Amino acid sequence: MAINWFKYSAPTTFYGLAGKLIPWFAISAAVLCIVGLYIGFVVAPADAQQGEFYRIIFIHVPSSILSMFLYLIMAAYAAMGLIFNTRLSSMMASAIAPTGALFAFISLWTGALWGKPMWGAWWVWDARLTSELILLFLYLGFISLHASIDDPRRADRAAALLAIVGSVNVPIIYFSVQWWNTLHQGSTIKFTGTSMHIAMQQAMFTMLVACWLYAITVTLMRVRSIILERERHTKWITELAEVKA
Amino acid sequence: MSLDIWMRENPLSYIWIGSYAVAFLIFAIEIAMVKHKRKITLQQVRLMREADESEQE
Repeated sequence: MAINWFKYSAPTTFYGLAGKLIPWFAISAAVLCIVGLYIGFVVAPADAQQGEFYRIIFIHVPSSILSMFLYLIMAAYAAMGLIFNTRLSSMMASAIAPTGALFAFISLWTGALWGKPMWGAWWVWDARLTSELILLFLYLGFISLHASIDDPRRADRAAALLAIVGSVNVPIIYFSVQWWNTLHQGSTIKFTGTSMHIAMQQAMFTMLVACWLYAITVTLMRVRSIILERERHTKWITELAEVKA
Repeated sequence: MSLDIWMRENPLSYIWIGSYAVAFLIFAIEIAMVKHKRKITLQQVRLMREADESEQE
């Protein structure tokens, strides 16, 4: 039997589905985070050059990857909302933005913590760092622009334009270490292979999946509130069990 | 003791307090804010529903 995926693009059905999925994503994120930290801090050996300081990568790399991917997903949802005028797409874009901004902030913060002992400076105006800072400002711009317009549908359209235009920054962040002479190191993991110890790779990928699951959990939680807020005048909202309670 | 010396003598404490504790605190604050927002929104919707019902009566 074919599944009608379009059914889940309606806030009415997505609200219930999100509610059912949240506990599964949340528990999986917590378990994987514990496993990832155990491998990263107990199993993985110290780095030959960086000693113990390299262990920041288990939160820094997943945060950086998430901050970029979440921006692209947010821009894709915003574009869908703009082109097809679908309500849920715009709600999803609004729900993703704060989580993306927090991941961009954690990426910059943990990067600074790593930079001090390794480079001798908390911050340098390096291409990778500067473009990541611009990404944080783009997230903050999206959130501020959306909040500054009273009509939600007009706010969606204005913020969508910013999200789409700003998405050009993501490939700049990714390729900045190749295009310019940067202090920030290039990718350690490539399609051709990696020199990383297997336990380091396992810890990093486990933490990456944990961060993904966390981001999905929080986004679903936030989008449910947005749906409640925006659809509050509709009959189906007033008939929800949690509203009647 | 300056921060530079302390971080080199206690790298794991530096990493945990500086990076992981901050990150987990941010996650905890985000979850608390999302839960609070849901609570407030639900209260608003309930109030609207009650107001509509009393109007109809």
